[in-house]
Amino acid sequence: MQRLTQTLDFQSQALMLRAERQRLIASNIANADTPGYQAREMDFANALRTATGRHSELAATGSAAAGAPLQTTHPAHDSARSGFEQETGLLYARHSQDAVDRNTVDLDRERASFADNTVKYEATLRFINGSVRTVLDAMKSHTQG
Amino acid sequence: MSMFRIFDVSGSAVSAQTQRLNVVASNLANADTVAGPDGQVYKNRQVVFQTLLMGEATSAGVQVSNVVEDQTPGRRVHNPAHPAADGQGYVTYANVNPVEEMVNMISASRSYQNNVEVMNTAKSLLLKTLQMGQS
Repeated sequence: MQRLTQTLDFQSQALMLRAERQRLIASNIANADTPGYQAREMDFANALRTATGRHSELAATGSAAAGAPLQTTHPAHDSARSGFEQETGLLYARHSQDAVDRNTVDLDRERASFADNTVKYEATLRFINGSVRTVLDAMKSHTQG
Repeated sequence: MSMFRIFDVSGSAVSAQTQRLNVVASNLANADTVAGPDGQVYKNRQVVFQTLLMGEATSAGVQVSNVVEDQTPGRRVHNPAHPAADGQGYVTYANVNPVEEMVNMISASRSYQNNVEVMNTAKSLLLKTLQMGQS
């Protein structure tokens, strides 16, 4: 059963993170004229790795609470995991041009990121639809179309 | 569904830009206002934007925290024939710079458009999400 939904689980995590990033970029665009606002960006690859890595760890260990330790590349990673849901690897964007009001939103970059994220959100949706169709086709009998 | 928050974020930005556009309109409308008998004249106004936190790290809206008046003295023109001229024949006009206000207006309308576009994109994505697994 797990193998049947494994791909779907991964894609749904990716979709959630895409939605989160979309919201983040929308916030940046909304605050393009706010003095002192610091633009933020999501480290998507890292966030997805965290989201799916923790998920598979939970599924794999089952009742054994002290199962395989999470692979970390830095000693501070494990301790920083608490409260990670809210602060999923948010970074502060480096400003390309100094503004007088200390606002660091680069509207061109944000719009490009927004378009990029929109396309990738739709791609993830299509992947999910494809997985669903695959599962549904597999459940059909050979007499059905 | 966390995408619904985008409408709060962009909606607050659209509303803040509308207020900015309103202030620009009243500034431009009063660009040629002269001082009354009490010496008081229309003062140029500007909105001050502030980030509106919405409980989550990834969503931050905008609000207008206050409207400030520009306290610099108004433009004085020598015209003794004007009914509002003072003792020395000077007429005080409002301290509105129409060029600055036009730039402000363009900036506000561009930001407005950006946020509307964000909302339209979010809407179409949500509608596609609703059809998940059906196609």
